[in-house]
Amino acid sequence: MMEIRTPKTHKAKRVLEKRAPKLVENGKKTLILHGTKTSATVSSVLMELYRLKKGGAIKYSRRNANIRPFESGGETSLEFFSQKTDCSIFVYGSHTKKRPDNLVLGRMYDHHVYDLIEVGIENFKSLLSFSYDKKIAPHEGSKPFICFTGEGFENVPELKQLKEVLTDLFRGEVVENLNLTGLDRAYVCTAISPTKVFLTHCAIKLKKSGTIVPRIELVEVGPSMDLVIRRNRLPNEGLRKEAMKSSKDKPKKKLKNVDQNDVLGKLGRIYIPDQEVGKIPLADKSKGVKRERREGKLKKDKEEGSASKKLKESE
Amino acid sequence: MDTEMDQIYQIDVGNLLAFNPNHRFSSAPSSREEVVKECVTEGTKLVQAIADTLFNFPSTESVDGPLVQLPPPTTKLPREKHLPRPKPPTKWEEFALKKGIQKRKKDKIVYDETTDKFKRRHGYDRVNDDNDIPIIEAKASDEPGVDPFAKRLDDKKKRVDKQQKNRLQNLKSAAKAGALPSHVQLAASALPITGTKAQPKKLGKEALGDVAGLAATSTASGGKFDKKLPGEKPPKKQGKHHKYLPILPHYGKVDEEKEQTNKVLSKLLSKHSHEILNVGKAIDMYNDKKEKKKSGRSDKLKPKKDITKKKPYANKAK
Repeated sequence: MMEIRTPKTHKAKRVLEKRAPKLVENGKKTLILHGTKTSATVSSVLMELYRLKKGGAIKYSRRNANIRPFESGGETSLEFFSQKTDCSIFVYGSHTKKRPDNLVLGRMYDHHVYDLIEVGIENFKSLLSFSYDKKIAPHEGSKPFICFTGEGFENVPELKQLKEVLTDLFRGEVVENLNLTGLDRAYVCTAISPTKVFLTHCAIKLKKSGTIVPRIELVEVGPSMDLVIRRNRLPNEGLRKEAMKSSKDKPKKKLKNVDQNDVLGKLGRIYIPDQEVGKIPLADKSKGVKRERREGKLKKDKEEGSASKKLKESE
Repeated sequence: MDTEMDQIYQIDVGNLLAFNPNHRFSSAPSSREEVVKECVTEGTKLVQAIADTLFNFPSTESVDGPLVQLPPPTTKLPREKHLPRPKPPTKWEEFALKKGIQKRKKDKIVYDETTDKFKRRHGYDRVNDDNDIPIIEAKASDEPGVDPFAKRLDDKKKRVDKQQKNRLQNLKSAAKAGALPSHVQLAASALPITGTKAQPKKLGKEALGDVAGLAATSTASGGKFDKKLPGEKPPKKQGKHHKYLPILPHYGKVDEEKEQTNKVLSKLLSKHSHEILNVGKAIDMYNDKKEKKKSGRSDKLKPKKDITKKKPYANKAK
C-alpha cells in the first residue's frame, strides 16, 4: 500500500524545493569528514578548509570507520551523508602508515560518487602561522580568485582532474552581479612537478594605480600546502556526458499583466489600490495655509522688497 | 578570454579563474621560500589579468559599492543533480488532449440562483453547498428505504476516494519516470502481509508501560537495582496494598473506625439484612468454631508429658 506524504509546514516545503533538481543549480556544498585515524596535519587542514568555506560546508567531527572511498562497498555511508546534508563535494581526511596525511577530494552526481582524487599533504603551514595586517584579512563567504600556473595542469590527466575539482571546491556560488569592493581573496595553485601542486590562500591588497584598474598585491594569509597526487578515479564516460549536459533554454519568466490582442495589439493591466474615499484626510483649512493669505503675504514681501530697493537707490 | 596583453592566459571571468599554461620554473629552485615567492608572483600576475577585464566592465553604483555584471562562466563543470525530467501527462490530461478539451479558468465569485446573490465558489458560504439543500425531490427511480441526504454524502465520499486513488496512480507513474514533484514522497504505509488481512494491533501507551514494568521486575533482584532509562516512570507500588486507619481520631474529623463499625452494624440490623447476611453460612461458621474450641479444651484436659520421666532407650553418657 502506498501513501502520499507531503510536508506539513511551509519551511519543510521550501527545504524540499531547494534540494530538488533544477535547471539552474544552487552552489555546491562541501562535506568535510575524517576516517578512523587522523594526524595533527590532517585535522588542521580539515578545520581550516571548513573555515575557508564557512557557509557552504558541513564538517562532521566523529570518525567514520566504514568509509573507504576507493573500495566498491565503502561509499554507501558517503552517499547517505550526501543525501542527508545535500552536499555534492566531500573532503575525506585520514592518516595511515601506507598513506600518511591523506586527503580524498570527491564529487557526487545525484548523490552517487562521480569522481575521486586522492592527495597527500606535505609542508603544511597553518593559517595561524602567518602574520599579516588584520585589515586585509578576507571576509567570510567572499568570492575568490582562482589561479593555476604550470603546464602540468594541461598535460597530466591527474592534474587536469585536480584543477577541475579545486575549481569546483573553491568557486562557491555562481553569481551574476559582483561587488568589486568585496574581492579580497585568491587561491594560487602551481604545478611544481608533474605530481606535486603547491596550493596557497592569499588576501588581495588593492593599490592605487593611474587607471581605473587598481594594482593588485597578494599577501599570503591562509593555509599553504603541497598536494602530492596519489590515486584517482575518473568518472565513466556515460556519467560524465550526462553530468555535463546543460539545458540551453533559459527558464521562461512569465510576463504578467500583459496581453496580446489581435485587434487592439498589446494590452497592459494596471491595478489601482482601493481609494477609500471615506478615509481621505480633509483639506488643511487652517488660516495661514489658505491661498488668499499666502498670495497676500507674497505680495507684501515683494512690495517691501521694492520699497527697500527704492530707499537704497535714493541713498 | 585571451588578449594580446597577457601571454596567452586562459581567463574565465565568470568564475574569476585564470590559468597560465606556459610558466616554467627556473631549473634550480634553490629554497622553498623562493619557490613560494615565485608562485605568489605568478599568481599576482594572473589576478591582475582578471582584474583588468573586471574593472573595465560597466559598473552600477549601489549602497555597498560598485556592482558589475559578470558574464556566465566558460569552464564547464559537472552538475550536482540531474536535469529536471518532464512529467508524464496524467490520465485526465491524456483524455483531455484526445478529446480536445480546453482548460477554462473558473471565477472565484459565482452567481447563486437560489439566493440571487454572488457567492464564492469554495469556502465559507459557498455556492451549491451540500449541507444547505432543504428538500430533495423524490424520483421514480428512488428506492423507498434510501435516505437521499445520506446518499448524497455517500456519493461524495466515493468520488473523493476515487479521486485520491487516481492521484496516487498518477504520482506512481510520475515516480516511475523519475519526475515526482519535489514536495511529494511516496512511502509504503504498511508491510505487505501474506495470509491474514488483520493488521497487527498497536499497543497503547499504558499497555506498553505495563509490559515494560513486567519485564523490568522479572530480574533476580526484582528490578530494584536496574538503571532507569530517561523517561521511564517509577514502578507502581508493588506488594500488598494496605490502607490503615488512624489510631487516634483527629479533632473535628470523622472517626473512621467508628464509621466503619457503624456501617457494618447498620447493614446487619437493617430491614434487608437477610439479603446481605447469609444466615445459614454464619451458623455453620459459628458451629465449626465451637467444635474447634471444644477439641482445644479437650487437649487441655489431656495429661501433659512428664519431662522428669526418663526416656526408655536413652544412651547413658559414661
